[in-house]
Amino acid sequence: MLSFRWPDSLLLVTQAVVRQSELHQREKEEEMPPISRGFRGRRRDDAPSDRVPPGQYVTDDFPVLSAGPTPHTPLDDWDLTITGEVDGLRRWSWDEFRALPSEPVTVDIHCVTKWSKLDSEWEGVSLDTLLDGVDTTAEYVVAFCDGGYTTNLPLEDLTEGKAWIAFAFDGEPLEPEHGGPARLLVPHLYFWKSAKWVRGLRLAATDEPGFWEQNGYHNYGDPWKEQRYWGD
Amino acid sequence: MDALMLDGNAAAGLLQEIFGSEMTTAVGTCDGCGTAGEVGAVLLYRGAGLAFRCPHCGNVLMKIVVGGERVWVDFRGLRALELNT
Amino acid sequence: MEGTAVLGRLNWRAAEVVELTPETSQTKTITFDVPGWPGHRAGQHVDVRLTADDGYQAERSYSIASAADGPRIDLTVERLDDGEVSPYLTDELRTGDVIELRGPVGGYFVWNPHAEGTVFLVAGGSGIVPLMAMARQRALESSRIPTRLLYSARSLDDVIYRDELAELAARVDGFDVVYTLTRTQPAGWDGYGRRVDTDLLREVGPVSSELAVAFVCGPTPFVEAVASGLVELGHEPARIKTERFGPTGG
Repeated sequence: MLSFRWPDSLLLVTQAVVRQSELHQREKEEEMPPISRGFRGRRRDDAPSDRVPPGQYVTDDFPVLSAGPTPHTPLDDWDLTITGEVDGLRRWSWDEFRALPSEPVTVDIHCVTKWSKLDSEWEGVSLDTLLDGVDTTAEYVVAFCDGGYTTNLPLEDLTEGKAWIAFAFDGEPLEPEHGGPARLLVPHLYFWKSAKWVRGLRLAATDEPGFWEQNGYHNYGDPWKEQRYWGD
Repeated sequence: MDALMLDGNAAAGLLQEIFGSEMTTAVGTCDGCGTAGEVGAVLLYRGAGLAFRCPHCGNVLMKIVVGGERVWVDFRGLRALELNT
Repeated sequence: MEGTAVLGRLNWRAAEVVELTPETSQTKTITFDVPGWPGHRAGQHVDVRLTADDGYQAERSYSIASAADGPRIDLTVERLDDGEVSPYLTDELRTGDVIELRGPVGGYFVWNPHAEGTVFLVAGGSGIVPLMAMARQRALESSRIPTRLLYSARSLDDVIYRDELAELAARVDGFDVVYTLTRTQPAGWDGYGRRVDTDLLREVGPVSSELAVAFVCGPTPFVEAVASGLVELGHEPARIKTERFGPTGG
């Protein structure tokens, strides 16, 4: 099937920022919603505030969120590639990938839907390892995944210990519903950037907004600046 | 099959808030495979935002992101949407 | 479409708890008084929103269990042990409490049989709720449309509305109920005792030429199995309406 990219001008026309002024007016007119007596929700209120970005709530759960069905790529068919503006395609089979040096990673993760999970424990291969020796002038990356999901980041947000391809969570192989066999892990950005079921990174000279960045979510996504949506 | 998925009908409240009328009985035509069906019958996935997918080919029909006072809707996967009046 | 479209914007309405009725050990019916309620169609649902005192909010959808009854609506909620909202609704709410709800919504999954033939209602666990609203609406209208309910529950103790369903069937007006108890059956049980499969659907449901519409509701895996089973039996996909409740069923 031909891949068809809508020209940017048509994109602006077909994406409707719907009745923004009407919604805004209505929000101002509405009072604070009534408090539901005794409702707490399932979140912690004992987390150190310097670890909780603005607008986030801490949970001990690990909610499963997905824009599509869980892929189930057999490991024999799985590979990870680095492609695009590089001197040569890099490719690892599953066995080759697992033979690379990996490290335990304990990080806080922040989902744009407002939950944060502190001290989550992963194991993964650092992007520094995967990009070692890669010769490129590219400044941007698009992560692409089984199922068609994409997300974009500046290349410099993947390097110097900031990102991994993670294959284990909480001491166990990463479950399919959480992105297994492997996902991108970029904890300093909102977690929609930590693309599940990652199959590769395409290095590019220009920035290409991914699946959610094309439709309202912030192009960069720094939780500490609360960059959730366009224009934040 | 994915245990997480819902029907488009589950988003009926949100769709009515955005579009101002009942949307689950609107008939959408998938731009991927050409199949037509009611919005209430499409597959709904909840990621960072909502993704509505064609039950026949899995193509993303619509994406909705709600950001406080702003809402973004991407219809590119719908060739046409027939609304009941 | 008469009565379905609620034109214009929806607002969150205040709903006051007026009655709490335990149904089974895990389910409770909550009756709300909702000033300004516009009426609803059987099968529709509401979105419920709870707000904690620090502004934290959680939203869930619940099917309306009752037929149209002025400003009052019933929600029958199943308590999920690890749920965030359902334990609050079943364990914490008291009469006089006020929560917010938005609706009614969901014109796609409503009782509105216009085709000839039998209506086949297939419920898995708490999926019975919107189908019960349909059965109640049907009775309210004194309808004689042939309607069969196939209700899958883990055990007899997990069957919601059992007495009322028996009363509806006893009216002998074309409504009947078939149970399958998937985990435990009482002594002397001569009904079905297994998960719904294609054979069971063939035995219990109408043949494809006699089906007006099927409504299937329950946890997503249940709905998937039933919907594909019905298609396998030759039923037209367009006549199979589904309401998936997600992985845990609500």
